[in-house]
Amino acid sequence: MREVAVIGTGLTDFGEVWGKSLRTLWAEAALAALADAGVDELDLITVGCMSPGLFIGQEHLASLVADELGMAGVGAARVESACASGGLALRAGFAEVAAGLADVVLVTGVEKMTDVDGATATYSLGTAADQEWEGFHGITFPGLYAMLARAHMEAHGTTREQLAAVAVKNHANGLLNPHAQYHLRVTMEDVLRSTMVAEPLRLLDCSPITDGAAALVIASVERARELVGDRPLVKITGSGLATDAISLANRGSLTELAAVRLAGERAYRMSGRTPSDIHVAEVHDCFTIAEIMATEALGFFDEGSGGSAVEKGLTALGGRIPVNPSGGLKSKGHPVGATGVAQIAEIVAQLRGEAGQRQVEGARIGLAQNMGGSGGTSVVHILEVA
Amino acid sequence: MSDGIVGWGAYIPRRRIKLEEIAKVWGADAPSYKRGLQLYEKSVPGADEDTVTMSVEAARNALARSGGVRPVQIGCVYVGSESHPYAVKPSGTIVAEAIGATPEVHVADLEFACKAGTEGMFLAHSLVKAGEVEFGLGIGADTSQGAPGDALEYSAAAGAAAFIFGADPERIVAEVVATYSWTTDTPDFWRREYMHYPRHGGRFTGEPAYFRHTLSSAEGIMAKTGLKPSDFAHAIFHQPNGKFPMRAGTKLGFEREQLQTGWLSPWLGNTYSGASPIGLTAVLDIATPGDLILLTSFGSGAGSDSFVFRTTDRVAEVQASATKTRPQLEDNKIYVDYGTYAKLRGKIRMGE
Repeated sequence: MREVAVIGTGLTDFGEVWGKSLRTLWAEAALAALADAGVDELDLITVGCMSPGLFIGQEHLASLVADELGMAGVGAARVESACASGGLALRAGFAEVAAGLADVVLVTGVEKMTDVDGATATYSLGTAADQEWEGFHGITFPGLYAMLARAHMEAHGTTREQLAAVAVKNHANGLLNPHAQYHLRVTMEDVLRSTMVAEPLRLLDCSPITDGAAALVIASVERARELVGDRPLVKITGSGLATDAISLANRGSLTELAAVRLAGERAYRMSGRTPSDIHVAEVHDCFTIAEIMATEALGFFDEGSGGSAVEKGLTALGGRIPVNPSGGLKSKGHPVGATGVAQIAEIVAQLRGEAGQRQVEGARIGLAQNMGGSGGTSVVHILEVA
Repeated sequence: MSDGIVGWGAYIPRRRIKLEEIAKVWGADAPSYKRGLQLYEKSVPGADEDTVTMSVEAARNALARSGGVRPVQIGCVYVGSESHPYAVKPSGTIVAEAIGATPEVHVADLEFACKAGTEGMFLAHSLVKAGEVEFGLGIGADTSQGAPGDALEYSAAAGAAAFIFGADPERIVAEVVATYSWTTDTPDFWRREYMHYPRHGGRFTGEPAYFRHTLSSAEGIMAKTGLKPSDFAHAIFHQPNGKFPMRAGTKLGFEREQLQTGWLSPWLGNTYSGASPIGLTAVLDIATPGDLILLTSFGSGAGSDSFVFRTTDRVAEVQASATKTRPQLEDNKIYVDYGTYAKLRGKIRMGE
């Protein structure tokens, strides 16, 4: 297996981008990544996108965007695994380069979510749940995560304030990220007073609906060395993919995210690293409880202690293991297909020492965890600077 | 030769429904709606009240303040609304007939979401200014529609405002200093034929629609006239809820005191075509001679009309000649429950 490096990243601003279509957003991120990498020839394009059919009425996306980039002819494939589509797009591109099928791959993620009204967006996202066991009975994602939160609170004594601490931290980080959808300081009281969505989750426990795109250029380390010049070389040293039952009813446990644990174990094994080696992490905080459960499943904290860890500031910038320095899905925004790719872009910025005010000092090993649905899929990548 | 408003009048139904009563039915969180939209209650039209009846009442109040304008002297009647009782057949003919302005009168119904009222005012003023008519009547009135459970249901309300324009210097109470319109094709809110209720583009109705148009229109008329916020005694902005007009006004540099008098939506709701015009009636009710007043409407689709008025000595003389707006808003209220409201608003489908 060949070694693989990330040599370019590109992001659009995240938000309610009413003036730009999916293809325009995608091309903006793709061009930024190509410019960052200094390449204009590709062997392959992968596109992570959850539901362009429901959000904008467009399928057959990979060829569409390849053409938009003026690169019709290049092989392109869309991959989908709900909100983990972006992480999966990287996994797919990584496998191609590692196997020697491609040398330079453009890995992208995109979602255009605000062309439809809130009810349609909720329905479209809801198709990532098990329709027969969950969706048809009326439950939506806030309800599913509310049940996970309730179970975690019952089993481990996780408190309402600990959930809120995730939102407070991630919004504070998002203030330092120019691409973030929200630049607002959120207090504990703001979270606890925000509109109830699905008990115990309130509005400020939930990630928003977002338009945005993210892109990476990855290459074999051999090719990468020719291209990066003086900049640090960031290698992908671990990649793990795992599944779990989509429906909560068919899970072995409601208090741990087994797919995250398995994907993490596989990525750690490939890279030869352990949780205590990680300097910075981006995790999938689609709801505040998800970040707490992900930090436990990834082994940063013991099961049941993720809540107290965030409360003590262990995951804040300057803490023991900074989590979501980008602001996370919570503050940066969650264009679902783009999220997993944007997480990698943040880790690359951190490892290159280019993260500005939100830079984690001395970060050399980073981890990104992307998740589909309520935990039915998880993708974990570990990146290291050479 | 200058022209301006010679008489104004409003009509607000007596019935009200509280926001909590609506929220209770739909399992919504009333405190966060109140905080978010700054809405407390809204007017509800009775069984015998519609756009036509409210327009007639408002027009009669305007006539009462007009210093004896005879209805037959009115050369045009324009009714702006998105709840005309008929899809085909004018509201304006009924209104013109009821106040005695027929038959030598130009009549038209207007529709431009929430700004149809100021369009009628704009046209009536323009025909007077051109010398085509002696007096012109512009009305904004609505029994606004909001689908059951939709966010609009917390605001969609009923009311009317009427303004008679003329060029007779003995009668002018507020001279039209300038007008200005700012319009683009921005589809933020619409109702197609045969649809009972309008649809809206969620948060798209905020920044790209309401704020972009109202702010551009208000800035445009201030640039045209060389006036600045501190020159005005009062400013009235379209009020789809309590929050938007205050935010638009303060963003432009107006003080809360300048906005307060015409800010009725927290207790009235959104009367659509009637909204900013009724706000203007509340301002004229208490205005003092020489006041500069800014009026900026907004209609989805989208556009924004602005007027600058300067009151004359006569304004104070006719304020008491008809029922004022604030007492209609604050006195003699009848609170209804959701069931009664649903019946009155035609939300219950009757058997054959």
